[in-house]
Amino acid sequence: MTRAMFGHGIGSAAPPVPNTDMSAALASLSMPSPVLTASGCAASGRELDQFFDITKIGAIVTKSVMLRPRSGRPTPRMCETPSGMLNSIGLQGPGIEEFIEVDLAWLEARGARTVVSIAGESVDEYGKVAQKLRTVGGADAIEVNISCPNVSDRNQVFACDPEMAANVIQTVRRQSDSQTPIFAKLSPDVTDIAEIARSVVRAGVDGLTVINTALGMVIDLETMRPALAGVTGGLSGPAIRPIALRCVWQIRQALPDIPILGVGGIRTGFDALQFILAGANAVSVGTMTFNDPSAPMRVHNELALALAERGFGSVSEAISYGHRGADIFETAGEGEIELE
Amino acid sequence: MPVQVRGEVLDVRRAGVYYVLSITAPGIPEQFRPGHFVTIGIGGEESGLILRRAFAIHQVQSRGVYGGTLDVVVGVQGKGTRWLSGRRRHDTLDIVGPLGKPFILPKEGVPCVLVGGGYGSAPLFMLAEQLRERGCRVDVVLGASTEEKLYGVLDIKRVSSMLTITTEDGSSGTKGRVTDVLPDIMERNNSAVVYACGPMGMLASVAAIAAEYRAYSQCSVEESMACGIGICMTCVLPVIGDDGITRMVRSCVEGPIFRGDLVRWDEIGTIPADALGAPALDLS
Repeated sequence: MTRAMFGHGIGSAAPPVPNTDMSAALASLSMPSPVLTASGCAASGRELDQFFDITKIGAIVTKSVMLRPRSGRPTPRMCETPSGMLNSIGLQGPGIEEFIEVDLAWLEARGARTVVSIAGESVDEYGKVAQKLRTVGGADAIEVNISCPNVSDRNQVFACDPEMAANVIQTVRRQSDSQTPIFAKLSPDVTDIAEIARSVVRAGVDGLTVINTALGMVIDLETMRPALAGVTGGLSGPAIRPIALRCVWQIRQALPDIPILGVGGIRTGFDALQFILAGANAVSVGTMTFNDPSAPMRVHNELALALAERGFGSVSEAISYGHRGADIFETAGEGEIELE
Repeated sequence: MPVQVRGEVLDVRRAGVYYVLSITAPGIPEQFRPGHFVTIGIGGEESGLILRRAFAIHQVQSRGVYGGTLDVVVGVQGKGTRWLSGRRRHDTLDIVGPLGKPFILPKEGVPCVLVGGGYGSAPLFMLAEQLRERGCRVDVVLGASTEEKLYGVLDIKRVSSMLTITTEDGSSGTKGRVTDVLPDIMERNNSAVVYACGPMGMLASVAAIAAEYRAYSQCSVEESMACGIGICMTCVLPVIGDDGITRMVRSCVEGPIFRGDLVRWDEIGTIPADALGAPALDLS
């Protein structure tokens, strides 16, 4: 099998391999890399496995699955925006049963670590999906998509209400194996993201995925109507990276010990490093996988170099390093760690 | 299996309102079959245009001084295609391909008709060659709004049994649309298979005519897509499966070539109520 890496200075030659310890952990999930895919940007890993070895990255985060098959929204579902895109897929998917039989079985056979993203239109649906997953095992972690802005009932965005978000998490926690880490994926479209974070942590999540897309829209000047059939859509890509980074930072400040999976417009190893310095324990490469199907593996390689160049021997040394006090900064200036 | 390669632009030439790019793309021509497409990254590594653009593969050469090369035909429609049309010799491009399911070819030498709308003719050239090699009669119909939006008239003439041109303004060939002349051609030649590539409206009409003449149709659809490799779910359209059930399928991996009689053309841009997983009807 021929796999070619492209671009961003890596080219087709094997990249130099620094001695950086790239192992990472999200709660009890241990991984050889802190770079994961992002839900909705990797399907269930099979397509990307044509471009890089999906067992070499942290984990595949699968597209959110619901209880029943779902057709999603009409097209147009997508619109390019400056350094990003809007999407309004509407959670098209096969439903949990086919997902378990086809996708999860394939991922397990392939030997990839799998974070299963689940979604629901009611607390009860989340619970039922979690229950089905529990019966088969195979999910190394569960990511609860409480923040998808595309569900048809716009008033039911769980992620925007601390109590509703907590209800979902309590239910999923109750229906899941106590050994399976549960992550809540938070929406940036809230007044105080740390408040939502605290609420779901109290409800029993093991970690937080930060962030989901930000709600946006575009009007098509030819039709003079919204460009998306769903009118509004989720904005993703490098355009939202500073927002995502800010959210990771704020949550790390509020909750020093909670595992955080940072997501939002990560394109390069430098971007990934920013998230780790801001407090992320691991990162997901999402929309930029559409731009470069090798992106998760490339970001892993670039991150290893970026860490080494700054004197970090491991990913864990860099986590939250951006939050250190002035005294630590001075110590570092003595030559132990090279800062740019 | 698709590969991601760094291609080098060998040549960019004008053809009517279009640009034809010849690019080295080792690994892609070797796997090519007519109907396959490639995606090309736009604007380089720092680009704010993050979505790849998809192009039907027009021509390939798997050997030669540059190794494997391929040609794509670019119509300038926006910022991304304008950037591509401005590439020059020795510029590099990020290419992924071959992608999609190719055209299905008949086992025997049956009469075929190929219909191209605008630069939708691009994937039909090598298809015509392969059909001729199998002993098929190959009638070609190319249509566009006006003469300069036709692509490849002289080249395709060489591989077609008979070429018919239509333009809506009458600037070349028969005044009208491809669907005005198609029934006659099918009738006269007893066409068994219709291959079509062009705008959705044209494909819908061609599929309907093919069905009327009990011919098999293969249509290459044009849906806007973000990834081209099956992971984003943006390029879906309603297609009837072997089991009779309509599903919203990805045109990038399950297409872009579909049997014309299985696509629910009138319902593209909607979720048919009987599609798998369609929202339950609100009976309240």
